[in-house]
Amino acid sequence: MNSDKNILWFKDISLSDRLRVGGKGGSLGELTRARIPVPDGFVITTNAFQAFLDLLDAEHGIRGRIAALDATDMPTLNAVTSGMRSLVEQSPLPDSLVAEIRSACSTLGHDIPVAVRSSATSEDSEEASFAGLQDTYLWQKGEAQVLDSVRKCWASLYNPESVAYRLRLGLPEAQLAMAVVVQTMANSRCSGVMFTRSPTTGDRSVITIEGSWGLGSSIVSGEVTPDKFVVNKVTDEICGRDIASKHIAHLPDEHGGIIEMPVAADQQGVTCLSDQDIRELAGIARRVEKHYGIPQDIEWAIDQEGNILLLQSRPETVWAAKDKTPVAKPTEKAFGHIFNVLGGQRK
Amino acid sequence: MTNSTNPFPLPTEIGTVPGAENWADMYAYFTRVQPEDDGRFWFYNSMHFPEPMSAFDMITAEAAYHAMGAYVSRVFTFPTAKGIDYRCINGRIYITANTVTDPAEIERRLALFQERAGHYYENWDDIYGQWEKRMGQLIKDMTAIKIPALDDIEDEAVVKEARGITQNHYVREAFHRVMDNYSIMWQHHFEMLMLGYGAYVVFFQFCKQAFPEITDQTVARMVAGIDVLMFRPDDELKKLAKLAVELGLDDIFTDDGNPDVILPAVKAKGDAGKQWLDALAESRDPWFNISTGDGFYHWERSWNDDLSVPLSALPHYIELVRQGNSLERPTEQLRMERDRIVKEYRDLLGSDDERTAFDQMLAICHLVFPYVEDHKFYCEHWLTTVFFNKIRDFGKLLKSQGVIEDADDIFHMHHTEVNLTLGNVMNAWAAGSEPVNKDYWPPIIAERRRMIEVLKTWPAPPAIGPMPDNIEDPALQMLWGITTETLHSWAAPRVENANELKGYAASPGVVEGVAKVLRSINDFGEIKEGDILVAPITHPSWSPLFSKISAAVSDIGGTMSHMAIVAREYGMPAVVGTGEATKRIQNGQRLRVDGDRGVVTILE
Repeated sequence: MNSDKNILWFKDISLSDRLRVGGKGGSLGELTRARIPVPDGFVITTNAFQAFLDLLDAEHGIRGRIAALDATDMPTLNAVTSGMRSLVEQSPLPDSLVAEIRSACSTLGHDIPVAVRSSATSEDSEEASFAGLQDTYLWQKGEAQVLDSVRKCWASLYNPESVAYRLRLGLPEAQLAMAVVVQTMANSRCSGVMFTRSPTTGDRSVITIEGSWGLGSSIVSGEVTPDKFVVNKVTDEICGRDIASKHIAHLPDEHGGIIEMPVAADQQGVTCLSDQDIRELAGIARRVEKHYGIPQDIEWAIDQEGNILLLQSRPETVWAAKDKTPVAKPTEKAFGHIFNVLGGQRK
Repeated sequence: MTNSTNPFPLPTEIGTVPGAENWADMYAYFTRVQPEDDGRFWFYNSMHFPEPMSAFDMITAEAAYHAMGAYVSRVFTFPTAKGIDYRCINGRIYITANTVTDPAEIERRLALFQERAGHYYENWDDIYGQWEKRMGQLIKDMTAIKIPALDDIEDEAVVKEARGITQNHYVREAFHRVMDNYSIMWQHHFEMLMLGYGAYVVFFQFCKQAFPEITDQTVARMVAGIDVLMFRPDDELKKLAKLAVELGLDDIFTDDGNPDVILPAVKAKGDAGKQWLDALAESRDPWFNISTGDGFYHWERSWNDDLSVPLSALPHYIELVRQGNSLERPTEQLRMERDRIVKEYRDLLGSDDERTAFDQMLAICHLVFPYVEDHKFYCEHWLTTVFFNKIRDFGKLLKSQGVIEDADDIFHMHHTEVNLTLGNVMNAWAAGSEPVNKDYWPPIIAERRRMIEVLKTWPAPPAIGPMPDNIEDPALQMLWGITTETLHSWAAPRVENANELKGYAASPGVVEGVAKVLRSINDFGEIKEGDILVAPITHPSWSPLFSKISAAVSDIGGTMSHMAIVAREYGMPAVVGTGEATKRIQNGQRLRVDGDRGVVTILE
């Protein structure tokens, strides 16, 4: 059903479609179906990528040339991959795909700004080969910009680090795939990230929210110290509140893309979230966590009208890896715990 | 043992307070600092002994530490901890805990500990049932002790019943019995208490490891029971307020709570008056045997001793009844909220193993909770009230014999000095003469009273001696009541924002309002609706205040302290253990109390 489509709408996607829509796309579909407020959008599936690559491959022999490279010969690798990227970025897309993307864009809204983001299909590529490479093109307007950004996302598969990684692991080029998410963008008043367990202590009973003025890219890139709030999931208390001086904000550029702007002096030290915002965000975070059953790492935004929107959610991985040892195991008699704790440090 | 980096003075380095150079004469020789004490770390037990000790009140430390140490060290043999040594410095009590570090000795003690503590945990409810009976009997015995009046001519019965013992013998016997029963009270008090605390410590530690950011107050909320005796005196007052309204007596009650005016006015109301006074009598015995303090000082009188304390709380409750307030504690709601918090934390745990361990530990806490909470009413409140009043009766006897000028002067005599002086009185009665050297005590007592006032001005250092690196052993944390963090905060006083005080976040919420600094519950009438209470510490007898205030701040106390528990019940912000709120905050200042973060800000 979904397997041969080039375009899939969020509402039609679930996590089981990951191989076609990638992790990000699958998660956005899953959130949409769980009625979490997510800006609408669609995914250009791996199908589209592979069809496009098949055409290029037939003409330029891309896959074979990559597979023949030597991962240790950096000069050659750099030269070849640079050529591949130009090829991917500049070759025209099949007309039918262009028509499909154009139609999907106009369904989202005429000239509406979108974010174009790569959505990798395996944990492997997310965690290792793409480390640090977030292919996200914000505030893209019009079909030409969107098509360019899609090709840039695809082209990122041919950056030297990615290619060297595939070569080292012997991953077959024929299975290489990438989906691309195209999602409506809000001109957010403020945005940020939140974790449904403490990033610093791993505590599962608190939600940590970080936020700053404008688009979330300023936080993700580390260019601004965000306001930080901690909410207790059980008691709903806001138990931590650290208002930072937020000197810059990322804002949409009228020609597409984003620009960095200074924040007015009298706004820098003002909290970017009201208590009500904080509680609403925490409530949504809890719903998302409950939906997935495991702690989440979430990107959010609040638009100019005050609506909360989720842009992404993925499983928390750092603390999950440290969870193996239980704090305490059952004892034969309940008071055995007291002997264990008050019995002194014994070997 | 002088440590160049040690932030605290050594015990022997502490000088006397000018004007109170002879303070040590008030106390036993073995409570004084010894040269070898410089090698150990001590801290000021300001939680239990926030004021200088009068000579007699020293018994509250002596008897308590005798009992506590015995159970930890010799009875249950806690593996890593023995008892407490205490010293008196400038009238304040400094304590240190004795530890066991030899692994073989720990092993030996652990085997006994498991067997003995296990017996108590396994039979907890039965033993507590027996405990309540024993304690009830002890209070009865204590109450029944008669102090001879030393009448001119001996009672005829001594002859007709051929008793063979005269009343002057009973002077000293009664004193011994009063002292003995007080000592037994402390023995009973610690019989189960450290085992109870042990359960708390284990559960707190588990929660802190499983949820590193959990607050003490949240753990405390999971542990807390709902029906505790501590609320009972306050509940009785509410009942009396309702009855007063029902009977149409409500106009009689005035803010000053003067029993000499109010009680006759009630009595004058015929049947209705009688009905209310009967209800009052019923509430008083035993529920008004509640100290206005923690029971460690003779001057902390009970509601029964000073009826103006409970009576002055009535007008506000009466007003609430008139407004249609039921005054009932929403116990069902409190219970449901507690159970919800427990369930949600439990669900957040990482595995079923952890959930089972959590259930086990919490079950033990709930098992011990009734004892840990309720023993205070029997011990520190009820029996202690009777105890100090018996001693006061001996004071009256000494006064009647011209040995001291005021009955309360007896509290400026060490208990061994009282024992000694009773001999003077007993002899005088038998000899048919006057007590010898009646001028002996009055100047000494006057001097001691004066010295206590001087000692009150001494800023006692929170700790003395070489600071340990940490207090990681949970048994020691339990015994000392302090943690490594406490140590560090004492060692490196924060650079204070002059308008900010930090304490424990004891009850959530943020409130702004006007400060009312209250040092004694006797000033109850000064509190206005919506004020923020600022007090050194609060006690169960202060509970009626909480219906009037909007937030609470204390100098002393932790998250299981009275103020913390009551504030959480009333859902108002509280910050406890600020150290010096009553010193730094002035009446009438505007405050912001942030019970989420444990910060009090002086706004003006």
